[in-house]
Amino acid sequence: MAEPKTKVKGFQEWMEVRIWGLVTVTAVVLSIGGLVEIVPLFYMKNTMEHNKHPELVWAKAGVDPIVAVNDAGALSWNWKAGEGVRPYTALELAGRDVYTREGCYTCHSQMIRPFRDEKERYGHYSLASESVFDHPFQWGSKRTGPDLARVGGKYSDEWQRVHLRQPKSVVPESLMPAYPWLDKARVDGAKIQRHMKGLKSIGVPYTDADIEVAPKLVEGKTEMDAIVTYLQVLGTMATLDENKVYRE
Amino acid sequence: MDAGLEQKYNFDVVRWFTIMAVVYLVVGALVGVWIASQLAWPILNFDSPYLSFGRLRPVHTNAVIFAFGGSVLMATAFYTVQRTCGVRLWSDKLAWFVFWGWNAIIVLAVITLPLGFTQAKEYAELEWPIDILIAVVWLAFSFNFIMTIANRKTPHIYVSNWFFLGMMVMITYLHVVNSLAIPVGLFKSYSVFSGVQDAMIQWWWGHNAVGFYLTAGFLGIMYYFVPKQANRPIYSYRLSVIHFWALMFGYVWLGAHHLQYTALPDWAGSLGAAVSLAMIIPSWGGAVNGMMTLSGAWDKLRTDYVLRFLIMALAFYAMSTFEGPVMSLKTVNALSHYTDWTVGHVHSGALGWVAGISIGAIYHLMTRLWHTEMYSEKLVNFHFWAATIGTVVYIVAMWVAGIMQGLMWRAYDEFGTLAYTFVESVDALHPYYAMRAIGGMIFLFGAIVMLFNILMTVRKSVSEGSLNKARAVPAAA
Repeated sequence: MAEPKTKVKGFQEWMEVRIWGLVTVTAVVLSIGGLVEIVPLFYMKNTMEHNKHPELVWAKAGVDPIVAVNDAGALSWNWKAGEGVRPYTALELAGRDVYTREGCYTCHSQMIRPFRDEKERYGHYSLASESVFDHPFQWGSKRTGPDLARVGGKYSDEWQRVHLRQPKSVVPESLMPAYPWLDKARVDGAKIQRHMKGLKSIGVPYTDADIEVAPKLVEGKTEMDAIVTYLQVLGTMATLDENKVYRE
Repeated sequence: MDAGLEQKYNFDVVRWFTIMAVVYLVVGALVGVWIASQLAWPILNFDSPYLSFGRLRPVHTNAVIFAFGGSVLMATAFYTVQRTCGVRLWSDKLAWFVFWGWNAIIVLAVITLPLGFTQAKEYAELEWPIDILIAVVWLAFSFNFIMTIANRKTPHIYVSNWFFLGMMVMITYLHVVNSLAIPVGLFKSYSVFSGVQDAMIQWWWGHNAVGFYLTAGFLGIMYYFVPKQANRPIYSYRLSVIHFWALMFGYVWLGAHHLQYTALPDWAGSLGAAVSLAMIIPSWGGAVNGMMTLSGAWDKLRTDYVLRFLIMALAFYAMSTFEGPVMSLKTVNALSHYTDWTVGHVHSGALGWVAGISIGAIYHLMTRLWHTEMYSEKLVNFHFWAATIGTVVYIVAMWVAGIMQGLMWRAYDEFGTLAYTFVESVDALHPYYAMRAIGGMIFLFGAIVMLFNILMTVRKSVSEGSLNKARAVPAAA
């Protein structure tokens, strides 16, 4: 490299003649915004509403299995609807895997904003605690279709099946693609067990019993069964109180 | 043409990246037109998993951002760094590794995304093995670039290289952090982050993929190619220093404005919005610096079609960097978020600015790299009008669609109940979705004409033997 003909003046020029100096200073400057906005989210207690309102998250998550299956195939639930946010069951998780695989998030949000019209259309605004076990988050960025954060229980299982097979048959104006292949694909128990173990290793509170029972829960189920089960649980886990202010 | 440049510099890798960039422009725009048409005419999903919108949309975004944008950045960064430093690339081998590695990533993306292998985070869909490959190739690209600067013959590092550097460092941060995931299969993983933190990290990535990959990198292109094509020095050195540091510091904060009114704590969203508003100054600093370079030589726009592309790109850049801060205002965001207005905003940046400055730079490169004139100047001019008209039709359709959608969702009738069902808003959008698809088709047609024009230029160069002649000239000492 040629030497500057005149004396180097000031910090800017000092960097302009030193590549590693420029790289280092740029790297430091670039790191600031991200550190300030992201790091506090892991530490500040008011990020998660359940720090103030513990009833939002299921108290027995990680202690008791969510659901057990006996030899006859009957389910006995430890968790009851509305008892708080919990990890997804094996079948719900299989449904969520279908949801992410098909790119549903490209057209549907799962994040209701605190506006009057959104409340009337979709329900109570979404809380951070409600997606605490969502790896990755599925808040979305676009509503080509409606928000799904609280779609659980809005339609019957049968409506959801018919709609996924051929959306236009129930909503003639719909732009949604049809998903006929979901009826043909079976959920793989061993695979879903592997997925649950992976999630457990990054902090999702599954008990060993939850993982053990997974193949039984998904036995004979199709991907259609799985995604309908997932859709039906969305927004139904926690009971939200109209009179409480969850977020300032 | 300058004598001996072909011996002195590695232009072969630049030539290949240049050609591939145009191929990927056509591919990316084609998939874009396809999915835009699916929204207007849903029958085009054909009830097939591999052709359904949800799987093809990431193919479109990855093709235009990483395949087209990446090839342009690699072509221009490798060209600019050699020309402004007066030395050959530090390593030819590493440069070819970057070329083949990047193209392998693109092929893997085109195969895996339609198969449904995805991390389900926007613009970061590719699964973990491909993510690792991206990190390796990206670092090889950056290292080769930095080492070439370290070997430079000139005392000072030219401004376009600062911008390329900023992009390389920031994209490394973003890609590594946002892609952290626990693998649970060969092509399946879960983000290690969840919920609100995952959302913040995703949009820190998402907006800075725009801010650094699609802005800083392309400003690097602007700072070399606008002065070169106009044959005038850049308007203001001081402005470039100020807007460089302001951009490096400020852009990073903007991601949070994607999450206003969500479950992200309000302080973060508001901070993102406040900095977004301030960012109009450094953004316009860049646009002014580029445009004013033409000061006193505006007549060139009448005759120089390549310059037209570059200047029109700066006009779109100025417009979309004004629109962005406006959309981050809370009251505007309440209306615009989740609507097609966002899609329109992205495309005024992507088609108008990114594609415009790239196309201008590629036409400039064609004559330098193949040592001949363009096969047809008329077709360049035709492409200019197709690209501009296509872009304008697209963004106007999305403005109308987005604002209408936002207003319909919040409209109440005289009884105080919601005036429209959701599906009524979907139905109302149909004409604008059709209009958007047509805008995209016009843009795509322009891109196909460009591909034809550059391939004919290569053919012309081969039949004239001009590249071989240039290669035969020995390098100056």
